[in-house]
Amino acid sequence: MSSLAVKNVRKTFGSVEVLKDIDLKIESGEFLILVGPSGCGKSTLLNIIAGLDGATSGDIVIGDRVVNNLSPKDRDIAMVFQSYALYPNMTVRQNISFGLEMRRMPKHQQDEIVDRVAKILQMGHLLDRKPSQLSGGQRQRVAMGRAIARDPQLFLFDEPLSNLDAKLRVEMRMEIKLLHERLKATIVYVTHDQIEAMTLGSKIAVMQGGAIRQFGSPQEIYDQPADLFVAGFIGSPSMNFIRTEAVEHLGSVGVRLQTADETFVLPMHDAEKALRPWIGRELIFGIRPELITDSASSQRIAGNIHTRTCKVELVEPTGPDTLVFIRINGEVACCRVRPEQACRANESMELAFNLSKAVFFDPQSEKRIV
Amino acid sequence: MADHVQAQVAGPQILGRIVVYALLVLLALYYLTPLFVMLSTSVKTLDDIRGGNLIALPAQITFDAWAKAWSGACTGVDCTGLRGNFWNSIRFVVPAVLISTLIGAFNGYVLTMWRFRGSDMIFTLLMIGCFIPFQVVLLPMAQTLGVLGIANSTTGLIFVHVVYGLAFTTLFFRNFYVSVPDELAKAARIDGAGFFRIFWRIILPLSPPIIVVCVIWQFTQIWNDFLFGVVFSSGERQPITVALNNLVNTSTGVKEYNVDMAAAIIAALPTLFVYVVAGKYFVRGLTAGAVKG
Amino acid sequence: MQSSASKAAAVASAVTPLRSLLDVIEAALPKLVLGPTLLVSLVFVYGFILLTGWLSFTDSRMLPRYEFAGLLQYVSLFGNDRWWVAVGNLAVFASLFIFVCMAFGLLMAILLDQRIRAEGFLRSIYLYPMALSFIVTGTAWKWILNPGLGFERVVQQLGFSSFTFDWLVNPKMSIYTVVIAGAWQSSGFVMALFLAGLRGIDESIIKAAHVDGASMPRIYWSIIVPSLRPVFFSAFIILAHIAIKSFDLVMALTGGGPGFSSDLPATFMYAFGFTRNQIGLGAASAIMMMMTVAAVVVPLMYSELRRQRRG
Repeated sequence: MSSLAVKNVRKTFGSVEVLKDIDLKIESGEFLILVGPSGCGKSTLLNIIAGLDGATSGDIVIGDRVVNNLSPKDRDIAMVFQSYALYPNMTVRQNISFGLEMRRMPKHQQDEIVDRVAKILQMGHLLDRKPSQLSGGQRQRVAMGRAIARDPQLFLFDEPLSNLDAKLRVEMRMEIKLLHERLKATIVYVTHDQIEAMTLGSKIAVMQGGAIRQFGSPQEIYDQPADLFVAGFIGSPSMNFIRTEAVEHLGSVGVRLQTADETFVLPMHDAEKALRPWIGRELIFGIRPELITDSASSQRIAGNIHTRTCKVELVEPTGPDTLVFIRINGEVACCRVRPEQACRANESMELAFNLSKAVFFDPQSEKRIV
Repeated sequence: MADHVQAQVAGPQILGRIVVYALLVLLALYYLTPLFVMLSTSVKTLDDIRGGNLIALPAQITFDAWAKAWSGACTGVDCTGLRGNFWNSIRFVVPAVLISTLIGAFNGYVLTMWRFRGSDMIFTLLMIGCFIPFQVVLLPMAQTLGVLGIANSTTGLIFVHVVYGLAFTTLFFRNFYVSVPDELAKAARIDGAGFFRIFWRIILPLSPPIIVVCVIWQFTQIWNDFLFGVVFSSGERQPITVALNNLVNTSTGVKEYNVDMAAAIIAALPTLFVYVVAGKYFVRGLTAGAVKG
Repeated sequence: MQSSASKAAAVASAVTPLRSLLDVIEAALPKLVLGPTLLVSLVFVYGFILLTGWLSFTDSRMLPRYEFAGLLQYVSLFGNDRWWVAVGNLAVFASLFIFVCMAFGLLMAILLDQRIRAEGFLRSIYLYPMALSFIVTGTAWKWILNPGLGFERVVQQLGFSSFTFDWLVNPKMSIYTVVIAGAWQSSGFVMALFLAGLRGIDESIIKAAHVDGASMPRIYWSIIVPSLRPVFFSAFIILAHIAIKSFDLVMALTGGGPGFSSDLPATFMYAFGFTRNQIGLGAASAIMMMMTVAAVVVPLMYSELRRQRRG
C-alpha cells in the first residue's frame, strides 16, 4: 500500500475548466472520499488518478513515483466501477484472473489467488457462473474480488454502490469498510452520497465546480464546514440556514430570531469575539436539525441551551425521530425531536436550541465565520 | 339487456376485424403475386405463355428454361447462361462483405471506446458520405481503377464495394457498441489489456448480433448492386445482376419470357434465401440504419 | 505529520518513469485504426466529388481533360431536352413514389398493429421485396406489365376484352410503371419503420384518450399519427434518397424508354457519361443530382435537429 499525492492538477476540456488546481495528499492506508454533486469533477479526478485520462497540468504521485506518464496498467492500481464492468462473456473465475493473465502470471498462481479472494469475499460457490447469472450484490463482490486479486498499491472506487437498492447498499458499505480494515488498503472512493462519505472515509474532499471546497476528517467537515456549500451538502436532513442579524445583547453578542410566536435573541458567548465585528450586519446562522430538539431530551450544558416554545407547521415522523418544521425569520427550519415528545401540526411545543455547535456564515463570501 | 348491449358493441368490432384481415390478405396477395407469376412463368413452355395468361397455372411443368438460364442463355457476347456470373458475384461479394464488416467493427470500436479529439467529427464526415448519390463518384473511380490496373476485375469490384460500404458498416457497429458500457474497456485497460486484446477478448464476443445484421445487410446490398457492376466491369467479369439485365434486354431473336423469369429467380435466390433464414436480423438492420435520422 | 522539509525531500526523490515506446504506439492505435477509413472517405468520397465537379467545368468528351472551360457543360445540360424530361420524370416519380410508399407503409403498419395473428408471417411477406435487387424487380414487373401478354391479357381474359394496359410502351405513361414497381419493392420497408414507431408509442397516452371517450380512428388520426413525425421524417429522407438514385429499376423495367420517356437523372448520367462519351456532361448531371439530394436532405435535417434540440 502506498500514499497518494495529487499536486496542482488542472483539467480543461476545450475552453471549459473541469478541474481547478486540485491539491491533496493521503498516507498509506487512508480512505479518501471524493464527494460532491454531479458535475463537480470527482469522477474526472478519479480517472486522472487511474490514468484513464490525462491531466492538463499537475502531477499524480503514487508512493514515490510520479505516474503521469504511466498507462493505467503500469500504475499498480485497481478500480471498481459503478456498473461493475464485469466481462460478460467470462465466468467469475476468469473475470477475477483476467488481470493476472494479462500480467502473464503462471496458471497455478492465478488459481491460488482466485481461491484466496473467493474465500475473503465468500464467493467460492459463484466462481463458475457468468455475470448475467449473478445478483447485483454478487456482481459488486466479484468486481471487488477482481480488484483485490491484483494486490495493488491503490484501490479506486467509482460510485460502486449507486446501482444497488438501499438495503444492499448498507450491507455492501459494511463489507467495504471491513475490507479496508482487513487489507489496510489505500482507497480513493468517489460518491455523491454524503452518508457513504461520512461512514466510510478517514478523509473527505468535498468538491464542487471542479474545486475542493474542503478537505478534512468526517467530523471536521461535519462540525466545522468551510462554507455554505459544504455545510448544506453534508448531513441529512441538511443544516438549517437562517438569515439574521448580529445584535448587541447583554454585554455580549447574540442573534435575533423571530418565530411565529415571538422575537427573541439567542446569546452567543463562545463566539463573541468573532461575531462582534458583525453587529448590525446581516449574516447566516447555521444550526443542524439535531441541535434543535425537544427540551426533555436536550443535554443541559449551562449557557448553551436555550429553550423556546414554538409553533409547529409540519410534522414528519421518520421512525427513530420525528422531524418538526417551524418557521424562523420567515424561513422553514427543521428540528429533530423524540417521537413521544412531538406535538401535532399547528400546535406549539418547547424546543431546545443547542448553540455549542452553531456556525455562522458570511452571506457574501459564503465562508464560515465561526 | 346486458347481452343485447354487448352484441351491439361487439358487432362493429367484429366487422372491423374482418375488414382488417381482408385488407391484410389482399395486400399479401399483391406482394406475393409477382413471385407467383415469376415462378409459374419460369416453368411454362413458350406456347403455354403465349396462349394463356399471367395467372394461369402451367399446363405442364418444365425446367428447360431454368437449364437455359443457368448455362445457355445469352448475356451479351457469350451465351453461357448465368452460371459464370453467379460465381463472379460470389467471388467479389463474399470478400467485400467480410472486409467491410471487419473494418466497420474496428471503426465502431474506436469511435465508442477510444474516442479522441475529432473522432466524432470523423464519424459525422463518414455519415454524410452515406447520402451521396454514387453517380457523383463514378467517373473519377473509373479513372482510378484504370490507373491502379484493377479496372474490370474482381479486385476492383471488391475495392469499390468496400470503400463505399464502410460508412454503413461503421454506423451499424458504432450504434451497437454505444450501448456497451465503456467502463468495460476501462476495467480491461486497468487490468492490463491493450487495444487489440480488449477487442478480441471482450468486445468481439459481445458482437455476434450486430455482425449478423451487418453481414446480411452488406450481402444483400452488394449482391443486388447493379450500378457499380455495370460501370466497373464488362463481359465475363460482370456480376449476376448485370448479366440478368443483359439477358432480359437482348433484342435478338424470340423473347423467351420463361428463361427471363428463371434467370431473375436465380439472381434473387441467394438474397431471398438469406432473407428467409435470417429475416428478423434483416429487419433489425433496416431499422438500425434508419434510426440514424 | 511530515515536516515540510522532509516532504520536500520526498518530492525531490520521487521517480518519474518515462513513457515507453510501446505506450506511445498504443496511444496512437485508435487514430491509426480510424485513419484509413478517414483517408478513404476524404479521397474517394469528398475528393471524388470535387473531381467530378471539376470535370463538370471542363470540355471532356471521351477522355477527361482538365483545363477549365467555364459553364459550357451546364449550359449544354440545361439546353438538353432529354435532361429536362429526366428532371420532370424525377419530380413526378419521386413525389408519387414517396407518397404511395408512405401511404401503403402506414396503412400496413396500422393494420399489423391491431394484434393480428400471424403478424410475423404477414410482415415477412410485405418485406421480402426489399431483399430483391431492383433488377429482379424490374424484370418481374416488366413481364407483368407486358402489353399483350401481361396484366392486360389477364383482365381481357376475365371478360373486359377492350381493356388495354400499354403503359410500358407508352411514352406518356412509362414513368408511372416505374412508380408501380418501385412502390411494390419499397413500401414494405416503410411499413417496418412505421411499425417500429407505433410499437414505441407510450400505451398510457392511448389509454388516457380512451378514457376521454375518443374512438380508435380518432385516436389514430389525432394522437398516434402525429407522434410518428420522426418516422415520417426518416422515411421521407430515405425514400427521397432512393428515388433520386433510381437507376437499376429504370434500366431493367424500361431501359429509359420508350425513347427516353422514362429517363431519370441517374440513367441520363450513365448514358452520357459512359456510353455516349460525354464525360463532362455526365459529370455536370451527376453534380446536379448531388445538389438535389443536398437541397432536400440538408434543410430537413437542419430543421428536424433544431426541433429536437428545442423539444
